[in-house]
Amino acid sequence: MAVVFERPKALLDVPFHYCPGCTHGIVHRLVAEAIDELGIEGRTVGIAPVGCSVMAYDYFACDMIEAAHGRAPAVATGVKRSDPDNLIVFTYQGDGDLASIGTAETVHAAARNENITIIFINNAIYGMTGGQMAPTSLPGQVTQTSPYGRDPKACGYPVKICEMLAQLEGPEYLERVTVNSVAHVRAAKKAIKKAFQNQIDGKGFSLIEVLSSCPTNWGMTPKKAMEWIDEKMIPYYPLGVYKDRSAGIGPGLGGKEDK
Amino acid sequence: MAKVTFRTDECKGCGLCIDACPKGILKLSEETINKKGHHPAECADPDACVGCASCALMCPDCIITVER
Ligand SMILES: Cc1ncc(C[n+]2csc(CCOP(=O)(O)OP(=O)(O)O)c2C)c(N)n1
Ligand code: SF4
Ligand SMILES: [Mg+2]
Repeated sequence: MAVVFERPKALLDVPFHYCPGCTHGIVHRLVAEAIDELGIEGRTVGIAPVGCSVMAYDYFACDMIEAAHGRAPAVATGVKRSDPDNLIVFTYQGDGDLASIGTAETVHAAARNENITIIFINNAIYGMTGGQMAPTSLPGQVTQTSPYGRDPKACGYPVKICEMLAQLEGPEYLERVTVNSVAHVRAAKKAIKKAFQNQIDGKGFSLIEVLSSCPTNWGMTPKKAMEWIDEKMIPYYPLGVYKDRSAGIGPGLGGKEDK
Repeated sequence: MAKVTFRTDECKGCGLCIDACPKGILKLSEETINKKGHHPAECADPDACVGCASCALMCPDCIITVER
């Protein structure tokens, strides 16, 4: 018998600290598989965020740097520009990190078409700090700081990162995926690998938004949380390619997936 | 012929592998409690495993190995 599935090499043999059923672990694995398959571990630098995945630096076999909250794209920019032809640089960021305190860094890295790869974990909540409302929390979503449900009149509307960044001329590639089923995990893997390949090819800024679960702070079983992604998140945050400049997809570019 | 193996001590008993298995042969152990205090996943009918690795694709802790 041959091994058809095993732990990727780019993932260290360290148990994750994540809660049972949290999809951070699935996405970590997909990133590590992409690094393995592209053979880039020795020249890859990952930038960890502040949030539940703050300890991502303990899990990946490549070099890792911890950035101040939301500043991962700025750190990634510096690292990448120090050795642009050799280094492969990715950030791994939550929605509180990337879409709230780090919005400016996100937008400007995209506008500059910085040649980096961003893995964006949208779980519609601040996981690490105990389940406060995030900019991505859905209207009506109950969180620690919106006990009666998010009221857009008081708290505004969710920030749709892919849709927003697609308006910029800068970015090369923007796709929203999820990991709540086998088919979705396979599609997410393909997108993440492409986001790294784009950087290798010098194409520029690639961001993959992954609709993720936080069973603990959503107050659901892992299974129910996966269903909630289908029922609530995907209708609000449609999956798909929002921009792929090389393929001519995106606002102003036309293409079959013009949104 | 196929074989699914779990690193039992690292299982958190989330059950996502159970829902992913098209053969419905995975379950949480009723007798065992692992070091972490969870009932770990196990295969109830090893002969029925087809080696599709669906369970491993959904495992958030990457503790499943599949051979075929
Ligand atoms: C400058 C600063 N402000 C606030 C915090 C508190 N804090 C830690 S994690 C976090 C939000 C994390 O949420 P998210 O990025 O969505 O990650 P998740 O835990 O959901 O994966 C906040 C506000 C901090 N550590 N530093
Ligand atoms: S609090 Fe939420 S995001 Fe953080 S590890 Fe637990 S399930 Fe995952
Ligand atoms: Mg979050």
